[in-house]
Amino acid sequence: MKLPTLSPRRLLAIGRKEALQLRRDPRSLVMAFAYPALMIVFFGYVITFDIRDINLAVLDQDRTPRSRELVEAFQAAGYFRVTERLSRYQDLQPLLDRGAVRLALVIPPGFQRDLAAGRPAAVQALVDGADANTAAIALNYAGAIVTAYSARVALRAAQQRAPVVPQSRVWYNETLESSNMIVPGLVAVIMMVIAAMLSALTVAREWERGTMEQLAATPVHRVEVILGKLLPYLGIGLVDVVAAVLVGQLLFQVPFRGSPVLLIGLATLFLIGALGLGIFISAAVKSQLLATQTSLLATYLPSLLLSGLIFDLASMPLVLRLISHLVPARYFIVVLRGIFLKGVGVGVLWTQGLAMIAFAVVGLTLAVRSFRKEIA
Amino acid sequence: MTLAVEVRDLTRAFGDFLAVDHVTFDVPEGEIFGFLGPNGAGKTTTIKMLTGLLAPTSGGGRVAGFDLRTRAEAIKQRIGYMSQLFSLYADLTVDENIAFFAGLYGVTGSRLAERRDWALEMSGLGDYRGRLTGQLPLGVKQRLALGCAVLHQPPILFLDEPTSGVDPVSRRTFWDLIYQFADRGTTIFVSTHYMEEAEYCHRLALMNRARLIALDRPAALRARLTEPILEIATDHGPAAAQALQHAPGVIEAAMFGRAVHVVVEHAASAVQALPPFLSARGITAHSITPVHPSLEDVFVSLVRREGGVVVG
Repeated sequence: MKLPTLSPRRLLAIGRKEALQLRRDPRSLVMAFAYPALMIVFFGYVITFDIRDINLAVLDQDRTPRSRELVEAFQAAGYFRVTERLSRYQDLQPLLDRGAVRLALVIPPGFQRDLAAGRPAAVQALVDGADANTAAIALNYAGAIVTAYSARVALRAAQQRAPVVPQSRVWYNETLESSNMIVPGLVAVIMMVIAAMLSALTVAREWERGTMEQLAATPVHRVEVILGKLLPYLGIGLVDVVAAVLVGQLLFQVPFRGSPVLLIGLATLFLIGALGLGIFISAAVKSQLLATQTSLLATYLPSLLLSGLIFDLASMPLVLRLISHLVPARYFIVVLRGIFLKGVGVGVLWTQGLAMIAFAVVGLTLAVRSFRKEIA
Repeated sequence: MTLAVEVRDLTRAFGDFLAVDHVTFDVPEGEIFGFLGPNGAGKTTTIKMLTGLLAPTSGGGRVAGFDLRTRAEAIKQRIGYMSQLFSLYADLTVDENIAFFAGLYGVTGSRLAERRDWALEMSGLGDYRGRLTGQLPLGVKQRLALGCAVLHQPPILFLDEPTSGVDPVSRRTFWDLIYQFADRGTTIFVSTHYMEEAEYCHRLALMNRARLIALDRPAALRARLTEPILEIATDHGPAAAQALQHAPGVIEAAMFGRAVHVVVEHAASAVQALPPFLSARGITAHSITPVHPSLEDVFVSLVRREGGVVVG
């Protein structure tokens, strides 16, 4: 096939027309600007793995300085709030049943005596396991506090300094805020979903309104139509990216350490891929409703579940792990976290960069190939 | 004589269904060429093949000198096309629609300004440039669609049932425009199912059930029907047409509006014989009068002679 001679004038005519239609379509405008804002605020606040202020019930049956020391260690750690101090064991269960506390700490009589004698002293932690995730995190915290406490006790008994003192420092997300991890990744999901849904409307709309026939009868080339239709949506997508970065910084205090230019460049490629995918779906199903639903399904769930945004990919079954390699958001999330939190550049992100280029090429090819100017 | 359109054995199948079956004809430059036939006869499919919207299954032809199988894009540059549902963008203004199609046809600069003014004047829309196209009355919208289709001043104009659904006055105005284009040498290829519009054409192609069954000037087509025609006014049109098929001296009978048209061997004897024939079957004929053959009579007659049935 010989290469078509593309006319920038025709391409711009399509782009201008698409922008005008977009401006007059409230549904598209809501989708372009209100949805992303809603999603980032909603998800940014809702998806959080930080567990703070876990309600803790304490049953201290020992009532000694050592037992009080352990309770203080729990309070000082910042993760637990002692809301109930009990004196009878049977009072515990109703509290856990009602969900008034998630964790109960039981210090049996003889705790201090056992410590003083150098015998292992047992404490009991009862956890509400209905929410397995939170339970596991709460138990981890509790375990860590107890371990630290017992190390302190052991050292004090031996009149020694600790032989090895861990000096840990968290890099990139110093405060271990989960919003620092979620918000940048969320940008990828939002871009993917919004871009595919917006562009899913465009070709189907021409079919539904009968304008496709008139368009097809002009000398316009299909590559001009596709690129022209992409332009305004690409503009909107980039505005959304910038807005999401600002919201992340201002609302969630997510740091932004990398190069804005690199982010915009890679975001452009990612958007082209997503928009192409939407146009492909739109041209294939030829109905606006079906096209938006298909795009939503094809982009939302994979981007949310198989991208590493929320669930750790390494712990997934092999099949899902393999599928996740086909989810473009997976790579863009690495790009976003890398640029936001680590400030890394092309040297580190080049594989993801290649993935973005591949996605853009595949998206555009699908869109152009699916768009036929033949009208039956 | 240069040909604007030449078509040889043009055929298009959709699965097992033959929409256009070995159609062959020529259209010389400057002609108003009418494409006539009931819905489903294959008119639109033929036009879509000629305008590069649909590939032929077999056969082919040339439009503006370009092979329609291989040079569709070159053809599109040289034709104007107005589809059945004149598809302008309802959510764009009059000006924006004009600018959009001008952009696609490569009409720019001072030529654009001139053509825009012309299109606005032609469609009578000078005062409504900023109005959304969706809010315009149908007849006006259709004139604007015509204006947008000819911004690039194409030598050939394809109009697929351009006046369907439009009131008679707007239809008349529209045909005045078509004549203006023809006067300036534009070849007009127009399909219609309005018989009175067919009379405006230089030559007519009659299509029925995917086949071209006649091609001639309207007067010549009418002259093909030499037998006399009687118009019978009755309240039971369908029943009368059915019964009259088998009446003595009747060649054919068909509904014509609310009356029945009957082609007979001898006018005088039929006028005598048919009222009793009908009343014997419980049908009253209010009047029987000889009439001149209309194109519709010709059409019905030609279809019957082909051994076919009129669809639609």
